[in-house]
Amino acid sequence: MFNLSNYIVPIFVLSIVIYAFHKKVNIYESFLIGAKEGLITTFKIAPAVIAMVFVTNIFLNSHFLEFLFQFLTPFLNQVGIPISVLPMALVRPISGTASLAIMTNIFASFGPDSFVGRLASNLQGCTDTTIYVLALYFGSIRVTKTGHALQAGLFADFVGIVVAFVITFLFFG
Amino acid sequence: MVTYIWVFFLIVGSGFMIFTGNIEGLNNQILKGGADGIALLMDMLPLLVLWTGIMKIAEDSRILEGFSKLVRPLLSKLFPSLPTNHPALGYIASNIAANALGLGSAATPFGLKAMECLQEDNPKKDTATEAMITFLVLNTGGVTIVPTTVIALRMMYGSANPSEIILTSILATFTSNIAGLIFDYIKRRKKHV
Repeated sequence: MFNLSNYIVPIFVLSIVIYAFHKKVNIYESFLIGAKEGLITTFKIAPAVIAMVFVTNIFLNSHFLEFLFQFLTPFLNQVGIPISVLPMALVRPISGTASLAIMTNIFASFGPDSFVGRLASNLQGCTDTTIYVLALYFGSIRVTKTGHALQAGLFADFVGIVVAFVITFLFFG
Repeated sequence: MVTYIWVFFLIVGSGFMIFTGNIEGLNNQILKGGADGIALLMDMLPLLVLWTGIMKIAEDSRILEGFSKLVRPLLSKLFPSLPTNHPALGYIASNIAANALGLGSAATPFGLKAMECLQEDNPKKDTATEAMITFLVLNTGGVTIVPTTVIALRMMYGSANPSEIILTSILATFTSNIAGLIFDYIKRRKKHV
């Protein structure tokens, strides 16, 4: 497949540098100042990232979510929701890598063109890892009172997940 | 709020591992948890440093300013609390654009920079401003137009049509984002009444 996104980054970088050169900006100096800011930012976000990865790993590896699914199974069978995709829906707001791993698993066992495979693809695309993004962005600037950010983010996730189910049924069901 | 999530994950996770007798697993997690965090940071570090360097060039040559002027009409509707020439708008726009194209790793540095800009004008440094929350909602929703990773994986696993999910995933992500923004809008209105 011709992948357009492969061209976006190089073109983006080159146009900036060429334009800046044309504008007689001290490019090298600017880059160094910016890169230093990036280093500082990385140090600033480090505690938040380490803290979040630490507890997320414990939570996911405790298999508490799988334990919960047992109780949901009979209900879901009745509505016709494939069980294999459910852990993914619940993990999606918590960890991007974990939900990606589940998706890869689904592709491997059911194939990407199966109903579950398509559903998993849509679930991965419909939202981002709310809790991680929240912890990272607010952690980087030391904001602890986050207002209604989490509720709004999780609400959006919930709507996204439901819509992904419905749309997959409508388009590919 | 993050505190509650943190404590919840830690206590429920540890509690359940102890309950199911997986004490070895728990020990293992506690001892290697830090290393996983560092590994993730090390993945991000080069990208962050490179992109903030490139973006500084864009800022100094006033490209960023031009770009934010371009998207200002749309963004000022989403962020009514920000003055139209606020420096964060350029970064917010770049972040959304990078996310939309499925370049998640390029989007993060812009997003962090936008947050920094917003924090400069924040009178209460420990409390999120309205603009921060709206930006967060947009980001956690992940407005993805081309889900590059998903398409690449579908291709790898031999899909007959890897990109067939683009349309459906756009529909899902847009509904999800609009829902989040409406939620945010209602909450904001309530606060002002």
